[in-house]
Amino acid sequence: MEFNNNIPIYIQVMEKIKQDIVMGKLAAGDKVPSSRDFSNELGINFNTVARVYKEMEMEEILFTKRGLGTFITEEPERINNLRYEMAKKQIETFIKGMQQIGYSKEEMIKLIELEDNYREGIE
Amino acid sequence: MDLLKIENLNKKYYNKIALKNINLSLEQGKIYGLLGPNGSGKTTLMKVIAGLHNQTSGNVILNHQALSYKTKADISYMPTENFLYESFKVKDAVKFYTDMYSDFQEANAYKILKEINVDTEFKISKLSSGLVGKLKIALALSRNVDLYMLDEPLNGVDVLSRDVIMDLITRSYSETKTFIISTHLVSEIEKILDSVIFLKDGNVELSGDAEELRLSRELSIEGIYKEVFKNA
Repeated sequence: MEFNNNIPIYIQVMEKIKQDIVMGKLAAGDKVPSSRDFSNELGINFNTVARVYKEMEMEEILFTKRGLGTFITEEPERINNLRYEMAKKQIETFIKGMQQIGYSKEEMIKLIELEDNYREGIE
Repeated sequence: MDLLKIENLNKKYYNKIALKNINLSLEQGKIYGLLGPNGSGKTTLMKVIAGLHNQTSGNVILNHQALSYKTKADISYMPTENFLYESFKVKDAVKFYTDMYSDFQEANAYKILKEINVDTEFKISKLSSGLVGKLKIALALSRNVDLYMLDEPLNGVDVLSRDVIMDLITRSYSETKTFIISTHLVSEIEKILDSVIFLKDGNVELSGDAEELRLSRELSIEGIYKEVFKNA
């Protein structure tokens, strides 16, 4: 994993784990590596990974079973929420970019439909 | 828990001021980056903590004890120079450490040297600077102590060896060990640091948690470093 040093590393690791969950690379109930193994694997500080796990436990995306390790939530609702949050972020970025180049909401919707039809056409 | 406490520390060489009223508390289980350009006092500070230089005034307290021959045993200090005897073979250097330090884990040293492909039959004078850098780190980290001080571990070492060295540091980390790593190669090392201490002209210009600093200043540690030392 490549890091952008301008952004706190724990935030980047959290984003990566969330992405892997939404994309299905990590499944509900999967065990995540120990802080120690994960920090060695990523080549980052142990305490950074410990912080990632702590924050994600507070967000109820991860949970710890005493003596067994840390696991990904088994509640589908949490995972759906994650997916929705990511979609929202994508749309925010999209809308901001379109507004900058002068598109109105109606024009954006029209253009999305047009593009979508076109794509279906080539498929 | 505080492992190391430095209070009002001053160090003068004749009339040159090397360290100016330094106050620091270092917690157990953290990796500290001691950052600053050449001549900012990084090596002097390490040598005072290691007990190799006496302070002019102020206190250095390790594990609730003032520095003494006793606290020295709790510190593994790796100087920036190649301090190993050139005529030694690698295995002689390991033997030397085994004889010198009762806490030295010989088997661990051999294990690391094997992993990083350092031939123990080689003469130290024949090793490349990258290999010397890796050997020094392997020796320093194979001691079992509370505090590791590594002075410029990445200096004069190629990019691939730098990765190996950082890997060895993160892997030898445990919650009871504390590391102080001095460097001016900030971008390479910043992702393994918990906290940073910026030294400027013998003063602590800025110190704090690396992630909090990135968050509050929206800059990398290297970016903050460049701001702090712009006019240095």
